[in-house]
Amino acid sequence: MIRVLIFCTLFFLSPLSVVAETPEEKGLAIAVEDDKRDNGFGDFTAKMVMVLKNRQGEESRRDIRNKTLEVEGDGDKSLVIFDKPRDVKGTALLNFTHKTGNDDQWLFLPALKRVKRISSSNKSGSFMGSEFAYEDVTSQEVEKYTYKWIRDETLDGKECFVFERTPTYKNSGYTRQVVWLDKKEYRIYKIDFYDRKNALLKTQTNKDYKQYLDQYWQPNEMFMKNHQTGKSTVLTWSDYKFRTGLKDKSFNKNSLKRAR
Amino acid sequence: MIFQGHCQNRRRLLSRWGWAVLTVLGFIGLSINTVFAHEFSGFVGGEARVFAQSAIQPGQKDHSASFVLNPEYYHEFDNGSSFTFVPFFRVDSADDERTHFDLRELTYLWLHDSLELRLGVRKVFWGVTEVVHLVDIINQTDGVENVDTEDKLGQPMVNLSFARDWGTVDLFMLPFFRERTFPGKGGRLRSALVVDTDRAVFESAAQEWHTDWAVRYSHFFGDFDVGLYHFIGTGREPTLLASTDGSGNPILVPLYEQINQTGLDVSYVVNDWLWKLEAIYRAGQGSEDYSSVTGGFEYTFTRILETAMDLGVVMEGIFDDRGDSATTPLENDIALALRLTVNDPESTEALLGFLQDVKENARSVFLETSRRFGDNWKLTVEMRASFSQPESDLLFDQRADDLLQMELNYYF
Repeated sequence: MIRVLIFCTLFFLSPLSVVAETPEEKGLAIAVEDDKRDNGFGDFTAKMVMVLKNRQGEESRRDIRNKTLEVEGDGDKSLVIFDKPRDVKGTALLNFTHKTGNDDQWLFLPALKRVKRISSSNKSGSFMGSEFAYEDVTSQEVEKYTYKWIRDETLDGKECFVFERTPTYKNSGYTRQVVWLDKKEYRIYKIDFYDRKNALLKTQTNKDYKQYLDQYWQPNEMFMKNHQTGKSTVLTWSDYKFRTGLKDKSFNKNSLKRAR
Repeated sequence: MIFQGHCQNRRRLLSRWGWAVLTVLGFIGLSINTVFAHEFSGFVGGEARVFAQSAIQPGQKDHSASFVLNPEYYHEFDNGSSFTFVPFFRVDSADDERTHFDLRELTYLWLHDSLELRLGVRKVFWGVTEVVHLVDIINQTDGVENVDTEDKLGQPMVNLSFARDWGTVDLFMLPFFRERTFPGKGGRLRSALVVDTDRAVFESAAQEWHTDWAVRYSHFFGDFDVGLYHFIGTGREPTLLASTDGSGNPILVPLYEQINQTGLDVSYVVNDWLWKLEAIYRAGQGSEDYSSVTGGFEYTFTRILETAMDLGVVMEGIFDDRGDSATTPLENDIALALRLTVNDPESTEALLGFLQDVKENARSVFLETSRRFGDNWKLTVEMRASFSQPESDLLFDQRADDLLQMELNYYF
């Protein structure tokens, strides 16, 4: 018994167990924990207002609604519906994200009443002319990146993990992203995006987090600044409703056609 | 004037039409105690058509201006069912036939679980390709709107749609046929002989009241999207017969035959490539059955030249086994198009296309560009030109009709 105790004590005190976690393992552990905390929301609907600003400060506004369904064992299903500008009203995007491989995407064009399958392989394309790329707004899965913890740092008074994630999927617009995630509630406060030449391209800052269902934290505002063009986009979320009873059948081509 | 049918049918038409409207309104009445989400939107605008050459067909006016109004009223009941009303109205300075009213939509959609019942006048689009829309058959083409055949007349229907895990099945009962619209004497972009729509001839004794049917299965299997249908009824594409009007002048008369048509559309997405195929087999139009196929690809270059712009390359081939006797000008052609999406706040887009007949020298080019101004205005500019059309080509009569079309719409 004593020998077992000694063995155990030695084992737990041994420096081996302390250094066992490499920065990569620590980064992955953070991402896994973050993902775990976001699991189980079921479904949600929300409104988004996107304000695009060019270098001269001229603004352009888009009103969008979002419906998302959590899919067990795979990426989320989502329906994005455009209300403004008026000439694209009724345009809707159906997206089945996958943990690995390309997403399945269909676009509904209301003037022609046409549903069009679209290629999703190039995730670096602009989302509705904004500074957000498709890969920035689709569901974030652990499998989509490799991770590396860099340091701990205080950002605006919040203790944060700072880690780097590198896309594992093809055709990303980024070599890497540096993420500031607060240690207490696992909320992303800042992301630096580095382009394919590894130069700083964009910075996303999230503000005004609110907690839903006593578990899920969502930012009310996402601000994306493009350092290379001077353009920026503010994405404001409102009217979050969780567990609204959305089902699998709310996300097919028929529901896309009547989404509006 | 809702439907451009025969004069002698018009009274009967209106009474049956009135009955259909009452049925739809009755459905709405049943659900009146639910919460409405009234929505009013649409567009109003002006269009100018300027032609490079003077008109060569007798009666045609050189240029034209027109006014268009397309409001939309929609409300959704709290159970997801909805009502849509979209009238359409255009006034044209040059062509009396282009001055027209159409009921684009007057639909009640009843939603129950994964079952949809859509009752009333609607538009349905089938197909995957960009240049020719072969499999699309439910709605009649509004031939006076644009030469791209993408404008459609509202089709009265009862449509049941079941969405299941294994796919979607749509059943259509189409109680009334819409005749195609053709440019009148004053209009350009027409054949030398005017098509007299008042003298349309039908194979069926029931004329426009022949009940047409269609059933379609569609689903997606991973990267494949597939649609397969069968249609029985009045063919949407008329055979044009040479005839004379009351004063003995030569005209064309549309003949609407009873057809059976099977159609298949497939799209396959593989990385940045989107492959497309549409095929039809039609029996009943003319003396011989025929098939027609179109297909090709679309490839998108994202963020070209390190800008936010995307450039799509579209290439499609069209083959109709009737060859020169086909009732469409694109019977054996290759189309190549470039689509530029600027991804700016104004949603600037441009589509440059090139069409080449495989056997003849005939070719045409088109450019379509659009840009939003402010939050509500949208300017669309189109240019079309054709070259070296031989006399045998259906577009020979339009050889002087190279045009610049500008459209400014206000969306509300």
